[in-house]
Amino acid sequence: MSKQIDLVDLDIYYGDFLAVEGVNLTVKANSVMSFIGPSGCGKSTVLRSINRMHEVIPGAHVKGAVNLDGENLYGPNVDPVLVRRTIGMVFQRPNPFPTMSIAENVIAGLKLEKDKKRKESMDEIVEKSLRGANLWEEVKDRLKRPGASLSGGQQQRLCIARAIAVEPQVLLMDEPCSALDPISTLAIEDLIRELKDRYTIIIVTHNMQQAGRVSDDTAFFNLSGIGKPGHLIEVGPTAQIFSHPEHKQTEDYIAGRFG
Amino acid sequence: MTDLSGLRSGAPVPDTTPHSGPVTSSEAPPPNAGGRQNRGDSADSLHLTGNRLPRWAPWVIAAGAIILGLLVQVTGITVVGLAPGFVAAFAFLLVQTATSWTVEGRRHATDRLATTLIYTTFVLALVPLLWILITVIAKGLSVFSPEFFTSTMRNVNPRAEGGGIAHAFVGTLEQVGIAALIAVPIGVLAAVYLVEFGKGRFAYWISFFVDVMTGIPSIVAGLFIYTALILTGVLEQSGLAAGLALAILMLPVIVRATEEMLRIVPNELREGALALGVPKWKVILRIVIPTAISGIITGVMLAVARVAGETAPLLLVTFLAQDMNPNPATGSQASLPTFVWDQISRGTPASIDRAWGGALALILFVLVMYAGARIIAKIYSPKAR
Ligand SMILES: Nc1ncnc2c1ncn2[C@@H]1O[C@H](COP(=O)(O)OP(=O)(O)OP(=O)(O)O)[C@@H](O)[C@H]1O
Ligand SMILES: [Mg+2]
Repeated sequence: MSKQIDLVDLDIYYGDFLAVEGVNLTVKANSVMSFIGPSGCGKSTVLRSINRMHEVIPGAHVKGAVNLDGENLYGPNVDPVLVRRTIGMVFQRPNPFPTMSIAENVIAGLKLEKDKKRKESMDEIVEKSLRGANLWEEVKDRLKRPGASLSGGQQQRLCIARAIAVEPQVLLMDEPCSALDPISTLAIEDLIRELKDRYTIIIVTHNMQQAGRVSDDTAFFNLSGIGKPGHLIEVGPTAQIFSHPEHKQTEDYIAGRFG
Repeated sequence: MTDLSGLRSGAPVPDTTPHSGPVTSSEAPPPNAGGRQNRGDSADSLHLTGNRLPRWAPWVIAAGAIILGLLVQVTGITVVGLAPGFVAAFAFLLVQTATSWTVEGRRHATDRLATTLIYTTFVLALVPLLWILITVIAKGLSVFSPEFFTSTMRNVNPRAEGGGIAHAFVGTLEQVGIAALIAVPIGVLAAVYLVEFGKGRFAYWISFFVDVMTGIPSIVAGLFIYTALILTGVLEQSGLAAGLALAILMLPVIVRATEEMLRIVPNELREGALALGVPKWKVILRIVIPTAISGIITGVMLAVARVAGETAPLLLVTFLAQDMNPNPATGSQASLPTFVWDQISRGTPASIDRAWGGALALILFVLVMYAGARIIAKIYSPKAR
């Protein structure tokens, strides 16, 4: 099911502003990669360019290639809508659709675009996705209530359920726990470890311990100065990045964070 | 966060801040008197409590001010009719601010002054509104009868009693309906274009012309339809022509109101839906518009209310009619505002009463439409909590 992602010589622009330069990176199928680095170095930008959400911003564009199992997502005739259905995304702030109930939120992606020939009924998909996001037990009695009636952590898991309901092959998560309490954070970290069996996952985090707990590999981004583009400094197995990083910058960053 | 209807409410916020900070200016330590050390000394040098006026104080001052106003009234020093009111208001402001300043200190005095001014302007703004409503209801209700709503002015002596507004009501319903049918889709789509797609020169010019249209006097819209469609023989003077003229007036109001509502839909919702692989047009149709629908409906209703009372362009493009004409395509058609205008100009007590009745019917028409729209909006609006 899940697929490998390769970023090849990726330059990412906001209008004329080069935000991230020359990224070469491979994320193996069925693994969890975390992106770490100081604020403004371009982690979110790289993440959003992987499912072509970057170009939603007026003037934003990329140069280079993002390959999903060898197929360039920025090739001619590639439909960004189909790319986003294959590569799901969870945002920093939970954003359930306010006009929809919990159940409707889960199947929003399907109901809004149901050309998939899936045999399961909508109810089955709702239950499966909510179970997948570890939320079923908490909401099964109030599926008709508005999605906004849940707590922040529950809303975030609802957004994860919504993302996995469309059966993507890759999940991108941009600081999914930064607005959550430690308990909800642990729930989502557990979830990420479970989801790894079925998806390739990339998670942006400012929390070193979290990167250590959930990810197989870690990529460290940095930027040399304000107004300069961000760069991928190094990438490798998480244990190695944390214990013997190759670059001094990486070591400083991690050490600084650990205090 | 996303309850858009909530963003419109602006209830005055009462002062609930607990009293804190330095007390009266007379008690405050002089500057450079070692305030820093004082502060560091111990906990009991913290000024967390202070003198406050008792709750009844503003009421007593108000009562005094009113008595003063009455005295001015009685002694007859009044030059202008409203003078006693002004005297009372100024006395209240002055005395309250002064007492508050000496007892509570400057910050509280300012607070009370601002609160009073805000409430005063609120009441002042409400006065004409209530005045109009009460006058129209008082004068209009007297002619309300089943006959008034079911009969027309056909074969009724316009100077004598009798007759009704049935023909005018049908006319207004059809003309406003035609206008809404044309202006709502165009206006909402134009707003969607401006918010979701529009950038660059084209959007700029559309936006510019919407602003220009907002400023078009209603008679000019009527003149435009008259010269462009009626003088050229495309249409005759008819309800349809009236609907077109009203559509021109509705359009900019709908565009602006819808645009504003769409702009406050959080971008995260759009991105959340796009990231699920939903095409943009469906994101707009299923996420953005439903989230903003309550505000859009309110905007549409304001536009309807605005054009429902238009008189001048209607006189030009459909003129008056005393008889029921349910066909908007041909012939003059009555409407509530032109009915009112017609009856007032007849100048007899009976016709002026009918004019008030027509005005009240017009207000009720707008109110009922508004209530209906609010119910629809309630059903579709975002459900938080
Ligand atoms: N919409 C935008 N338009 C223009 N520039 C942007 C936009 N979003 C981000 N940038 C710029 O791109 C660079 C990278 O931003 P990005 O959001 O990717 O950083 P980040 O690593 O995710 O930071 P954080 O950890 O604070 O989320 C920054 O210099 C930022 O100012
Ligand atoms: Mg970010």
